[in-house]
Amino acid sequence: MIQLSHVIKEYPTRGRALNDVSFRIRKGEFAFLTGHSGSGKSTTLRLIHMADTPSSGEVVVCGFSSERTTQREVWKLRRRVGHVFQDFRLLPGRTAFENVAFALEVTGTSRGEMGNRANRLLAQVGLSVKAGMQVHELSGGEQQRVSIARALANDPLVLLADEPSGNLDERASRGIMELFLDLNTQGMTVLMATHDLELVRAYPDIRILELDEGRLVYDSKTPEAREA
Amino acid sequence: MHALREALAAIRRAPLLTALSAAMVALALYVVGLFAVASYNLHQALAQVEERVEVVVYIRDGTADSEVQLLEEELVQMEEVHAAHYVSKDEALARARQDLPEFEELFLDMEVNPLPASLEVELLPGYRNPASVARVADRASLYPFVEDVRYGREWVDRLFLLRRIGGITTTVLGAAFAVVAGLIIATAVRIAVYARREEIYVMRLVGATNGFIRRPFLLEGALTGILGGVLAAGMTYASAQAVSRLIFRVEWIPVEWMVAGIAGGGLFGLLASGFAIRRYLREV
Repeated sequence: MIQLSHVIKEYPTRGRALNDVSFRIRKGEFAFLTGHSGSGKSTTLRLIHMADTPSSGEVVVCGFSSERTTQREVWKLRRRVGHVFQDFRLLPGRTAFENVAFALEVTGTSRGEMGNRANRLLAQVGLSVKAGMQVHELSGGEQQRVSIARALANDPLVLLADEPSGNLDERASRGIMELFLDLNTQGMTVLMATHDLELVRAYPDIRILELDEGRLVYDSKTPEAREA
Repeated sequence: MHALREALAAIRRAPLLTALSAAMVALALYVVGLFAVASYNLHQALAQVEERVEVVVYIRDGTADSEVQLLEEELVQMEEVHAAHYVSKDEALARARQDLPEFEELFLDMEVNPLPASLEVELLPGYRNPASVARVADRASLYPFVEDVRYGREWVDRLFLLRRIGGITTTVLGAAFAVVAGLIIATAVRIAVYARREEIYVMRLVGATNGFIRRPFLLEGALTGILGGVLAAGMTYASAQAVSRLIFRVEWIPVEWMVAGIAGGGLFGLLASGFAIRRYLREV
């Protein structure tokens, strides 16, 4: 589902953000992408979402290769890969319902279907009763749930989460994590970047990919890691 | 349909920003409009003066009418000539009496009419320049019974020079005003697009196509430009009316100019939106 092969990413000002990173995440797998700030987690997610291209190496996501997908075609990938962020990236001045409906509308859902689907998605993340509230009236955890509902608008195969619980308290953070696990149980591939080691330790069955200074230094799925 | 709905919704959501953008566009085009009125009136004034450019061919006394008719026919056949009117000696005297009433007594004392008959040759528009006028005058001079040919060489030269200067000035200043207006419109639209960058970001994030994202912005830019153009036309009209009433008469510009100005506002708005949004489409 997601494959990185010898990926290097260099920025003119920051230098090398990723250095020969290779890993593969299978369909329906859940993985944590861990590491300190600046280790390359967000860069990895940007490359998987094709918001950026690798300096060398190849990224393949849902069959889309970074070597062949142009900026004009990237929308096709985006409809298969949902993305949630630490800061939610919701549209201010709109309700929870409108934020989800907006994602449906701009991807061509008919107006008739849009309302039903938006309500269903909000119900899926447990926010039915707050659909009509302005997003700034919602708590951080609730805003993150709206952003997850929006990310699910196009029935994606993969969900990328960049520090989704970074701005949340422990309870809200656990709630979001349970939601991701639930989605994963339904078959969605989830890659979640986090530096919260307590959260990672709380779910020992989930695969861990650890980055340090742009290198993949640990993969809990490798035989060496399992023996250790 | 979605593009129009979104463009109108964006205007409804941020009416102040739309009003400010339209006002900036209107002010930029207002300056262009005032310049258009000024240059149109200058052009009209010069055209009126130009209409008076004619060649007068003075006929020697005693020339047979048939000979004068031959000359008239040849001149009328020239591509530069619109018409030729024969003015007899008596008509010339009558005109002189009418035009110069202070010399009435002098005219009464005259025993012989000293004024010659003449052919007044009118030129077609586009041929009222020094070269064409000289060509017609030279042709008339070839006839032996032609006593003199007058067309005010210096006056025609100056008029032609004035017209050229007017034409160049209009083009250069008009282009400069249009460029400045274009830059102002581009800035206004960029501010409007910047205010909605989050929306563009989310659209890219969830997989909207570039065309889908771009269309409402292009439409919004065009609508803002047209709205600004209509406002500018109204302001320019009010200013022209005020000048007409208080200072001197001003001719209003042709409707096609006004439509072109409003359409230009719309086109500038559309192009500026296209350029402004390109940057954000590359960001996510």
